[in-house]
Amino acid sequence: MVYIVYDNTFEGFLSAIFEFYERKLKDAFIRKEDVQLSSLFGDNIQITTCEEKAKRVASKLEKTLGSEGFRTLWKAWLTEESHVEDCIFGSIRYGLEQQRNVLSDYGNLYVIELSQKLKMIDREKHRMEAFVRFQQTKDELYYSVVEPDFNVLPLIIPHFKNRYADQRWLIFDLKRHYGIYYDKKNVEFITFEELDSKRLQTPDKALFAENEQLYQTLWRDYFKSANITSRKNTKLHLQHVPRRYWKYLTEKRD
Amino acid sequence: MNDRIREKLKILADAAKYDVSCASSGSDRKNTNKGIGDASAGMGICHSYTEDGRCVSLLKILLTNVCIFDCAYCVSRKSNDIKRAAFTVQEVVDLTINFYRRNYIEGLFLSSGIFKDANTTMERLILIAKKLRIEERYNGYIHLKTIPGASDELMKEAGLYADRLSVNIELPTESGLKLLAPEKDKKDMIKPMTFIKESIVQHQEEKKTLLHTPKFVPAGQSTQMIIGATNETDLQIIHSADQLYKMFLLKRVYYSGYVPVLKDNRLPSLDTQVPMLRENRLYQADWLMRFYGFKAHELLTIQQPDLDLEIDPKLSWALRNLHVFPIDINKADIQFILRIPGIGLNSAQKIVAARKFASLTLEGLKKIGVAINRAKYFISCKNLTLEKKEYTAEKIRQFILSSTRTKYQALQPLQQRLF
Repeated sequence: MVYIVYDNTFEGFLSAIFEFYERKLKDAFIRKEDVQLSSLFGDNIQITTCEEKAKRVASKLEKTLGSEGFRTLWKAWLTEESHVEDCIFGSIRYGLEQQRNVLSDYGNLYVIELSQKLKMIDREKHRMEAFVRFQQTKDELYYSVVEPDFNVLPLIIPHFKNRYADQRWLIFDLKRHYGIYYDKKNVEFITFEELDSKRLQTPDKALFAENEQLYQTLWRDYFKSANITSRKNTKLHLQHVPRRYWKYLTEKRD
Repeated sequence: MNDRIREKLKILADAAKYDVSCASSGSDRKNTNKGIGDASAGMGICHSYTEDGRCVSLLKILLTNVCIFDCAYCVSRKSNDIKRAAFTVQEVVDLTINFYRRNYIEGLFLSSGIFKDANTTMERLILIAKKLRIEERYNGYIHLKTIPGASDELMKEAGLYADRLSVNIELPTESGLKLLAPEKDKKDMIKPMTFIKESIVQHQEEKKTLLHTPKFVPAGQSTQMIIGATNETDLQIIHSADQLYKMFLLKRVYYSGYVPVLKDNRLPSLDTQVPMLRENRLYQADWLMRFYGFKAHELLTIQQPDLDLEIDPKLSWALRNLHVFPIDINKADIQFILRIPGIGLNSAQKIVAARKFASLTLEGLKKIGVAINRAKYFISCKNLTLEKKEYTAEKIRQFILSSTRTKYQALQPLQQRLF
């Protein structure tokens, strides 16, 4: 089996698809370059990302699967799972073969798997829209740190930009070392030269606005008061707020 | 200063928590003025969940728990010896905005004890909503509880600022209301609900002809009734809900399992278990009416006036109506697919979309997300032989119960321990 290896970018992935058809390969796996390949002796093709090729593939896919369908492929890819390429590539090949939008053929194994990935990433996106907790700094920046399971920051930009149009905010993904920053006009991706996770996670208290502590306390009080003890249901609670999210939730962290 | 606001919040959040509505969806209020907030997302967001597993979406508080009424089921009733508190208008505005800016909440759900009189109370609630909308340029969600007996003019004004208005019907029947809330009159609830409905309809008419009309309660109205405080059957409850949906075009009816907090000989005793499972089954029945095309009379009958706690109401209906089955997954209309136990809205839509490409197999259905252990007794599809034809309803019920751990079993040991 041939492995087509790309550079971990979505453009790279699209370039890999281009190469697959360009080289008229019969079958292949597409893999990110940091994924361990099971065959050491197979023909591995390391491709270089090419914007032009990626664009051509994108436009073909948009034509065949619709722009919403193409977006589905990208979203599934954002799960970053090591073999997620298989169901995306499988769905693409099936669609191109049929020359029509096949993404609702849930009887097809690739398509159903793609729809499961989509469900996973949408849930994580929704969770981040819910679980981001901003802390207000002295210079009126609303600051938040998260560690989502999947790479969902690109997906939540419109939501936060629209909702908090009149405040500067920053959401930083500690796992992936980048953040999104809104300056009341535009959102941009940012990284820090010297990454000190500890400091990003729990910044100096002196940086925060005078009332920040009060509102955190009030929120925690509110959270406690809203609970009805005689209805206690820990299983349901954990199902909705899994433990791994607790450390960034004002009301759950100690 | 901080201690005082903390104490107020504790008292007034505690008193508000028995109101179960948490919806923050259904509005179309967009952030067009570059202000703060947006309530047009379509899907509501639950920002957290309390330890009882209930969603926290809105800042749900009372303006005050001072009340001139003495309703038996209510913690804030006049004769109850508890701490009383009241927020100022500005305090509620500040809490809402500061919680919202930190992404703690989707908006405000404001209710109040009735202090002085209905109109004064309602005016104060409106003032808060108005301040949020105009001074703070706030476009997040606002749910206002309307005060029974408040004037039509106030109701109309409230509708201009709120996304949702609600009037609590409190108890499923009029006799229940007479028993537990003798000072409240059913008419005082029906009147505002009718007024809100008519105003919404009128507003929708105007929208068709006028270019620009101000919003009026874009997320509609809802109501709540307490379950288990009086001895109504599920049949009475579901029929009452059905009536409410039809008469007032309600978005939601909420069912609130009675939490025994007060000693009163008209009420269940203090050691009564909260009827959580019954509440859950009622919501399932409600869902079946709103999204699955079931009619109230199909779910409950005079012979069987209460929902089966052991199995869900859809399965229960299916077992009573075995003659309808098996339903052919690859041919039947979606309204029939929706009636198959183990198939939800999402799965039904996927099935209908997928079968245009090729016939579905049992394996395919499983991947789509169908609960095969329940569905298999009621369907026919490619590669599925129909062995179950000879099974009786009772047999199928036993098979299903033995192959699943239901909510009933999960809660049962706890209930047995307590009694």
